[in-house]
Amino acid sequence: MADQLLDAKGLNCPLPILKAKKALKEVPSGGTLEVLATDPGAVKDFEAFCRATGNELVESRTEGDTYIFLIRNTN
Amino acid sequence: MGSETNAKSMSIIVTKGTLDWAYPPFILATTAAAMGLEVTMFFTFYGLALLKKDLNLKISTLGNPAMEMPMMGMHMALPNIMSALPGVDGMATAMMKNLIKKKGVASIPELRDLAIEADVNMIACQMTMDLFEYKREDMIDGPSIGGAASYIEVASKSDINLYI
Repeated sequence: MADQLLDAKGLNCPLPILKAKKALKEVPSGGTLEVLATDPGAVKDFEAFCRATGNELVESRTEGDTYIFLIRNTN
Repeated sequence: MGSETNAKSMSIIVTKGTLDWAYPPFILATTAAAMGLEVTMFFTFYGLALLKKDLNLKISTLGNPAMEMPMMGMHMALPNIMSALPGVDGMATAMMKNLIKKKGVASIPELRDLAIEADVNMIACQMTMDLFEYKREDMIDGPSIGGAASYIEVASKSDINLYI
């Protein structure tokens, strides 16, 4: 189970990233954030976001119409 | 100020104040800030309108021949000559605002608030304020007032400099 859950379904670029950034502030160091999104662009964007911020993209998967990302706060 | 693993920086010169052109600078500024960059936006000429307290942004269909709107199951482009008709820009603006809502795209006031929250540094161009007779009190509180030299100082130290 992730420490925090962010439902960003129905939101378009760049809102899933912006909301994830905010949500990560509430995640303790080493903890995880699960993000649900429906924006197909989010797949590539969360990869880039994690590379640039140094957070770890533990998992990126698709369930039906939903993209699910598990991000570990490594800061 | 964002400053996690990369203290990179970006500056954007914002020159346009229509609803559609307001998006690229605010999307890039908020995203860059979320990715840990220090961001400066310099608002000049028509871009300065984006700092007004009351945003009433519109679309201009004129000179925008590639603009297509999804309508009745197809994409409709508007011949430029139609742009001269009263109400056409208003109609295009209403359609765009509908689409923005329907597609879960952030509104410009929302993105602007997020930019302020993310400590994006905003500079309002003094010369444009004089030129168009903008009053400081008609604009939001955050931005500082500056000129070309203020921008150049920031740009000369930035990793990314954009003109939009």
